Amino acid sequence: MAAAAELTLLEKSLGLSKGNKYSAQGERQIPVLQTNNGPSLTGLTTIAAHLVKQANKEYLLGSTAEEKAIVQQWLEYRVTRVDGHSSKDDIRALLKDLNSYLEDKVYLTGYNFTLADILLYYGLHRFIVDLTVQEKEKYLNVSRWFCHIQHYPGIRQHLSSVVFIKNRLYTNSH
Amino acid sequence: MRLFVSEGAPGSLPVLAAARRAQGRAELLISTVGPEECVVPFLTQPKVPVLQLDNGNYLFSTSAICRYFFLLSGWEQDDLTNQWLEWEATELQPALSAALYYLVVQGKKGEDVLGPVRRALTHIDHSLSRRSCPFLAGETESLADIVLWGALYPLLQDPAYLPEELGALHSWFQTVSSQEPCQRAAETVLKQQGVLALRPYLQKQPQPSSLQGRAVSNEPEEEELATLSEEEIAMAVTAWEKGLGNLPPLRPPQNPVYSRLRQWNTLYLCGTDEYGTATETKAMEEGLTPQEICDKYHAIHADIYRWFNISFDIFGRTTTPQQTKITQDIFQRLFSRGFVLQDTVEQLRCEQCARFLADRFVEGVCPFCGYEEARGDQCDKCGKLINATELKKPQCKVCRSCPVVKSSQHLFLDLPKLEKRLEEWLENTLPGSDWTPNARFIIRSWLRDGLKPRCITRDLKWGTPVPLEGFEDKVFYVWFDATIGYLSITANYTDQWERWWKNPEQVSLYQFMAKDNVPFHGLVFPCSALGAEDNYTLVSHLIATEYLNYEDGKFSKSRGVGVFGDMAQDTGIPADIWRFYLLYIRPEGQDSAFSWTDMLLKNNSELLNNLGNFINRAGMFVSKFFGGYVPEMVLTSDDQRLLAHVTLELQHYHQLLEKVRIRDALRSILTISRHGNQYIQVNEPWKRIKGSEADRQRAGTVTGLAVNIAALLSVMLQPYMPTVSATIQAQLQLPPPACGILLTNFLCTLPAGHLIGTVSPLFQKLENDQIESLRQRFGGGQLEESLELKAKVSSKPAVGETVTATGPQQIQVLMDEVTKQGNIVRELKAQKADKNQVAAEVAKLLDLKKQLALAEGKPLETPKGKKKK
Repeated sequence: MAAAAELTLLEKSLGLSKGNKYSAQGERQIPVLQTNNGPSLTGLTTIAAHLVKQANKEYLLGSTAEEKAIVQQWLEYRVTRVDGHSSKDDIRALLKDLNSYLEDKVYLTGYNFTLADILLYYGLHRFIVDLTVQEKEKYLNVSRWFCHIQHYPGIRQHLSSVVFIKNRLYTNSH
Repeated sequence: MRLFVSEGAPGSLPVLAAARRAQGRAELLISTVGPEECVVPFLTQPKVPVLQLDNGNYLFSTSAICRYFFLLSGWEQDDLTNQWLEWEATELQPALSAALYYLVVQGKKGEDVLGPVRRALTHIDHSLSRRSCPFLAGETESLADIVLWGALYPLLQDPAYLPEELGALHSWFQTVSSQEPCQRAAETVLKQQGVLALRPYLQKQPQPSSLQGRAVSNEPEEEELATLSEEEIAMAVTAWEKGLGNLPPLRPPQNPVYSRLRQWNTLYLCGTDEYGTATETKAMEEGLTPQEICDKYHAIHADIYRWFNISFDIFGRTTTPQQTKITQDIFQRLFSRGFVLQDTVEQLRCEQCARFLADRFVEGVCPFCGYEEARGDQCDKCGKLINATELKKPQCKVCRSCPVVKSSQHLFLDLPKLEKRLEEWLENTLPGSDWTPNARFIIRSWLRDGLKPRCITRDLKWGTPVPLEGFEDKVFYVWFDATIGYLSITANYTDQWERWWKNPEQVSLYQFMAKDNVPFHGLVFPCSALGAEDNYTLVSHLIATEYLNYEDGKFSKSRGVGVFGDMAQDTGIPADIWRFYLLYIRPEGQDSAFSWTDMLLKNNSELLNNLGNFINRAGMFVSKFFGGYVPEMVLTSDDQRLLAHVTLELQHYHQLLEKVRIRDALRSILTISRHGNQYIQVNEPWKRIKGSEADRQRAGTVTGLAVNIAALLSVMLQPYMPTVSATIQAQLQLPPPACGILLTNFLCTLPAGHLIGTVSPLFQKLENDQIESLRQRFGGGQLEESLELKAKVSSKPAVGETVTATGPQQIQVLMDEVTKQGNIVRELKAQKADKNQVAAEVAKLLDLKKQLALAEGKPLETPKGKKKK
């Protein structure tokens, strides 16, 4: 998903009515937002955080200092690790780490839904749709989290809904 | 909370410097761990520094740890800081880890180290000088300064890697380094050993991923802003100031429209190749004479090219007296020099129609299964291949009378005898030329298999007569005379045609085609011309494209899938947009696919938002703020830098087009307008125009420079989008001498005081439902997998393409292939080869026949014996 399209999705999920226009910069097609009052903003997570403030939903950036730092950490993870030239092996390693991280968490920050969940969901979508049933079961915590986020009101929009099977099929794999 | 650091880990620098902020607000324990120790339980790879929070969670990102310390001190997050940190993570770190790896692990020095980071350093320097703030995010030192300083310190503390010319970066770095927390962090981490203190740590790290794969790629990357030397800037500025009048040296002609822009004497031609069996068949189908058929289709083709605005000097045809004259002349010369052989071929002849019958003009009883309507090449019932002479009770399909087997004399071009000359010529031509790799490959594989004599006559009426006794009722086979069409078409254009075609010292010949036509242009015709010994101009650069697919499948005329030349104009999409998109996806190097969605996307993003937006804004500013007169321009160093970037990109465009990389050169145009958009965005002339005298002057310079870039783009666009180019030039009232010439440097063509015309938008948005309905209309998407069709499409509607009408030729290729494959099958059967192997070859043959039927525009027949009437 191009960054501009993703930001448009985010705008909708935040309930922002006025659609912004984005241009793309350079080889990696980094999104640029021309704000009305001030210089342009460059970068997916930068613009995303800006939109959250625009929608008066600051809580999505975390409420305590800890939460705020964790949100930003996963946003950085999203643009450096998920968006890096991901080979199949990269993705497997990433899902393994994430699966282990999410073992005792509902959301990335623990108990609160934040921008980090939204952007990680958008960023991982293209990989998760391609997972086999067995892989989804292997990364059980990622699957639970992903399924949860895709059912969060207004987030998924036109993205395809990924099917997760509730009964385990491969009991031996663990 | 607990901070884990490791000796020599560069991330410790910003973290330790930022930790001062949190002092007194939380209890911080610092532990030193080994570089390979896994501190974070959920991460597979070791990572330091890491901060374990009091609630048990971990921060493993250096920036996030610094951010947390700043947040604890009461600092509030802001957009600008976020932007710097995101840039640091995505742009600076990959570059920096490469530089440090070269410097510390590989022991490299100088430009090897500086190269990867120069662009990033320049970016920081620009941002600082543009905002004229001492710090990255404002008047005071903040998070962004600490994170970037910490990342850069190991490298920049060595003055050799802090370029003098980056003054703003210099003073920022000195200021931040002199802060007490930073000094202390530097001492702790580098221990006064400089960058070498990082070696034990970096040596244990995997090679940075940003280095992997970089070394092998010498493709010019589409860089956002390339690094420029002082001379490059100085040269760009000098050229700009000189203005028009320094014309470049003349060079050999290149790609047609482009080479006209370069003022190279150019002849651009194309035509329809009209002789052959296929024409006769089609004529019979439509109840017209072959000449009428040719007239009809020539007009259709010419109309298509006209609609696409393809500016041929002449769009000719092969059914002319000049064609006969030149073909017969070449033949006579070959004949008298002993390059033509005679041989006997057995064929069926219909006495009533008084002609030899091509295989598909015969029907009869299958010699294998007794099916009564077997065709001359194959039985539809048993699927077996038949030699027309083996048919029982053969019938002429036209008059239903019984043909007889007659031997017929034919002429063969003695290619084996010419092979050596061809190889010599190729040895002299290919090195350093712009033959595309696929063309070289095809020619090489033909030569490797060894050339065989090729039959150059046919028992037909519709063709160039053979000027030899005993051959009065025969004509030349299309592939012998079609390529001579280029010569005869030129002869119809000018009586000076020999100055083009018998002048290899002065003329460079470029031929454009899809790859299936390479053998005729690169091998057969050169052999004829070499054997004729008349100093012919031979192809210097053979430019062959791969195939263009349609959506997920192939174009197929018979199933109505795809957009064909004559339908494009019914879509309501302007010719220029088609030209743009088809060239944007031109199958250079590999097959590509036409996609409606992608076309919409490219139109709306590249044309509307990038190119159109820039040119329109540039013009609008002149109209709105300066009453239509181009304002005075006083160039600052930023502007000079932009000039140099544009010049560099322009030169890149020239280099690419000289190498006939048409698709890639289009990217250069879009890059320049992206530069332009950024330049306007950063300088905000719409704000400055309301400001002080100095601000207004700045607004003028920015507007003037922008509108001159728009003028340059209008000329660069000419080969791609001629109508749009002319529209821009009319809107800007570009002086006529500047309209049709493109120099190697970017010049000021719209000087201060020049009055421009009325500016209006150039492009229209393509809407989803519009594109969706076109997609429905032209089919596409899911194709039945049973039909593995290979409808080949030459990139006909593309600019600068000298494509012969490939129809008859392509059919000939397929017919040859069918014959060849037929022989393979027969041989296998004769050898009583393995059944599966035979079946596989038969399947191939059937597939080829399908393609042939398709190419001839015949309805598809299934080989399962379904009767077709």
